[in-house]
Amino acid sequence: MIEPLIFTHSRPGRSAAAQRPQSAPTPAVPEKLRRKRRAALPEVSELQAVRHYTRLSQLNFSIDTHFYPLGSCTMKYNPRACNQFAMLPEFLGRHPLAPAEVSQGLLACMYELQEMLREATGMKGVSLTPMAGAQGEFAGVAMIRAYHRARGDHERTEIIVPDAAHGTNPATATMCGCTVVEIETLADGDIDIEGLKKALGPKTAGIMLTNPSTLGVFERRIQEVARLVHEVGGLLYYDGANLNAILGKVRPGDMGFDVIHMNLHKTFSTPHGGGGPGSGAVGVGQRLLPFMPIPVVGKEGDSYRWLDERDLPQTIGRLSAFMGNAGVLLRAYVYMRMLGREGMQRVAEYSTLNANYLQARLRKAGFDLAYPQRRASHEFIITLKRQAKELGVNAMDFAKRLLDYGFHAPTTYFPLLVPECLLIEPTETEAKEELDAFVEALIAIQREAEQDAAKVKGAPYTLPVRRLDDVRAAKQLDLVYQEGG
Amino acid sequence: MPFIPHTEADVREMLTTIGAADIEALFSEIPAALRTRALEGAPQALGEMEVGRLMQQRGARDGRPINFIGAGAYEHHIPAAVWAIVTRGEFYTAYTPYQAEASQGTLQLLYEYQTMMANLTGMQVSNASLYDGASALAEACLMSVRAHRKSRSARMLAPATLHPAYLAASRAITEGQNLKFDVTPYEQASGLTQLAALEAHRGQDITAVVIQQPNFFGLLEDVDAITDWAHANGALVIAVVNPLSLAILKPPGEWGEKGADIVVGEGQPLGAPLSSGGPYFGFMTTRQELVRQMPGRIIGRTVDLDGKPGFALTLQAREQHIRRSKATSNICTNQGLLVTAATIYMTLLGAEGLERVAAVSQARTTELVEALTRIAGVKLMFDGPRFHEAVLQLDRDPAGVLRALASRNIVGGYDLSRDYPELGHALLVCATEMRTREDIDAYAKALTEILAG
Repeated sequence: MIEPLIFTHSRPGRSAAAQRPQSAPTPAVPEKLRRKRRAALPEVSELQAVRHYTRLSQLNFSIDTHFYPLGSCTMKYNPRACNQFAMLPEFLGRHPLAPAEVSQGLLACMYELQEMLREATGMKGVSLTPMAGAQGEFAGVAMIRAYHRARGDHERTEIIVPDAAHGTNPATATMCGCTVVEIETLADGDIDIEGLKKALGPKTAGIMLTNPSTLGVFERRIQEVARLVHEVGGLLYYDGANLNAILGKVRPGDMGFDVIHMNLHKTFSTPHGGGGPGSGAVGVGQRLLPFMPIPVVGKEGDSYRWLDERDLPQTIGRLSAFMGNAGVLLRAYVYMRMLGREGMQRVAEYSTLNANYLQARLRKAGFDLAYPQRRASHEFIITLKRQAKELGVNAMDFAKRLLDYGFHAPTTYFPLLVPECLLIEPTETEAKEELDAFVEALIAIQREAEQDAAKVKGAPYTLPVRRLDDVRAAKQLDLVYQEGG
Repeated sequence: MPFIPHTEADVREMLTTIGAADIEALFSEIPAALRTRALEGAPQALGEMEVGRLMQQRGARDGRPINFIGAGAYEHHIPAAVWAIVTRGEFYTAYTPYQAEASQGTLQLLYEYQTMMANLTGMQVSNASLYDGASALAEACLMSVRAHRKSRSARMLAPATLHPAYLAASRAITEGQNLKFDVTPYEQASGLTQLAALEAHRGQDITAVVIQQPNFFGLLEDVDAITDWAHANGALVIAVVNPLSLAILKPPGEWGEKGADIVVGEGQPLGAPLSSGGPYFGFMTTRQELVRQMPGRIIGRTVDLDGKPGFALTLQAREQHIRRSKATSNICTNQGLLVTAATIYMTLLGAEGLERVAAVSQARTTELVEALTRIAGVKLMFDGPRFHEAVLQLDRDPAGVLRALASRNIVGGYDLSRDYPELGHALLVCATEMRTREDIDAYAKALTEILAG
């Protein structure tokens, strides 16, 4: 900690006086419902606040400041225009429950966004309301459940999930009241079709797949998977975490998926914001149209309105108080308009080019690929199992040392089935020079690991803090600052 | 090619390194039959200037009407410094702080946020945010089932004066886990939940009682009595609160003898613009003993190898990326950027500033009610103590009145007649510190003319 907590700047009687109403009456609250003691919030000047939070910001790595190849997170450039146009005063000042008569401009953007996402994914309908990828997943599985139930098919409660899947997949299935059936992945990265056949049956509600998978490879037998699942009466759910890899190249709807969620904060470049807000819009095929979460934007003649349970009586319902993360949706809309139809295809092309280039260079530099016989999609995995065994330097050590070299680390130890792995996703917005510098850094760290393993194991050295004691963090819980603490 | 830096020479060199003839060859593993033709349905690319023009036009079409709706989203002054800092690239374009050493800014800010929310709500621990107020309530209900080991029913008692969308979202989100919601009626005369309504459930196995303060009508419930009733009947208490109101209202941690068990709400009043409904953020605080049942990211202070203090994600064993199908929730990404705004907002306002905002908002609503109820055909319903919203009874269908007001550049309130048909032509109105005397007079004048017509 190199910047003291804001609370330590606090002095009784100090304030950012311009920011409060200049005078205020005594609140009219009955004695027994009144607050007796003021909350312990900081008392600081405006400059103290601005300086403190500006300094905190400078302790972060971010896309704007660093290469950030965090696999499965698609840390691409977030165009400033998206922010500026989404924050026009008319959009910011609009109350979510304002009548449609004074919301046509916003609704036009939302409707067109639905249409563009529909086109890009090959689905029949889109609902923009889920507020994050995991909520989009929830909506997807809840729709699958609602579909089976509407057909009187109450026994279908099993969701099949490959072992390589994101943790949100099984967590979502549980949240929807389903049981998870895990299937294995073959050595070449494809799903074990024989294992799938064994898992399928009259209880199958559906399967959750990411394609390309979290292993960074395209599931080549996707059509066979779709046929098998549909034959037993199940539906296919597409986790859109890796949509960046295939945008405009192959559409989930054409692959046979019945429902997908899209992480607009990945593929469509809305900011990650230090962990949100995201947006997990869902797209559905014909069968699931009646079950979409509300509200959805409808168009009648030249005017737009929100569709709700009166229009979609079989909807799975509302997932938020209003209409999801509208401001995030506007940013995605601006981004898609700037890309246009050709720009969207180039996203997949150049993110795939960058990933395959990095993969080829690292292979030539002597690093072990997890799937050397495969093409990379927009991301790929190297495994440092050999380094861990021979040099005692593991994937976490490489990741931490990369920070000293000025690169955010790739995703570490995910997917779980590849030991000592780094999942690397460069995205299309990185220049070749940046990729080359990253390769050189990994080569340098490899050399350090061979010559002075302790140096790598002690990294990082140049950041605001060195490695943190996670065990202590969990055992001696300190989640809230106490006066004098 | 927007945002793609590659020169032709780069592409050639990269393909040579890869050993591929062209970029198309990189997609050779996708079955040919599945390959997409051009995205005919998508529009042609626009430059930033053209998109800017389009968005200005779209915005202008909606204009900037004077807003008198609250109903869960409130228009407050946001200091200029808040979003100037929030949109700094270092906050705006970072991600979840998985690499703690490279994310100390976000992590420390979240620790400060947790401290502020715990203090504001009178609870001991806070998470680092959920999606919004409605989904936070759903998560609180699920959490109460995990936390209350003696209760077997997964039954929630929720008041009819709970925000209707919160109830709807909680039902939708918890449906797969078989939670049940019993809705307790409010007293027609007061608009408040009375103990008599709860007594109908005495002796039942109830997991949690939900209390919203102020309630959806803006009225102040007798939270002490309801909290004590719930605890006496073996249920946990989930408080749903407007965080700004806690500057002047008793914090849930002090409700009744023992205080609320889980506190959630919509964080939007703390520095987030109305923004058509989002992004906002949900907050959640609780008692220390329940921290391991809490969903979402939690930040802890610890030390580094040199013994220097620092911050990290903690208690991750609860979360989906570790526990997968046994996680407390499927939540992953939450609303970090909005929490950044809220933390800076609370810092700039301080407790006294929040108190003034709350007090002025309350006074403005009283002025609004006085001005509107002077009009023939407008009456106040429920005259008990309230925060900054009130229910008005009109002499005709509010929908038409609201349309007429909208055409005069006034967003006049939320029509309650669909959610609460028993109230007749009821309208929920709100005025915050942003509304001036002139705004209120303009509303009164327009409404007078419309109702006279």
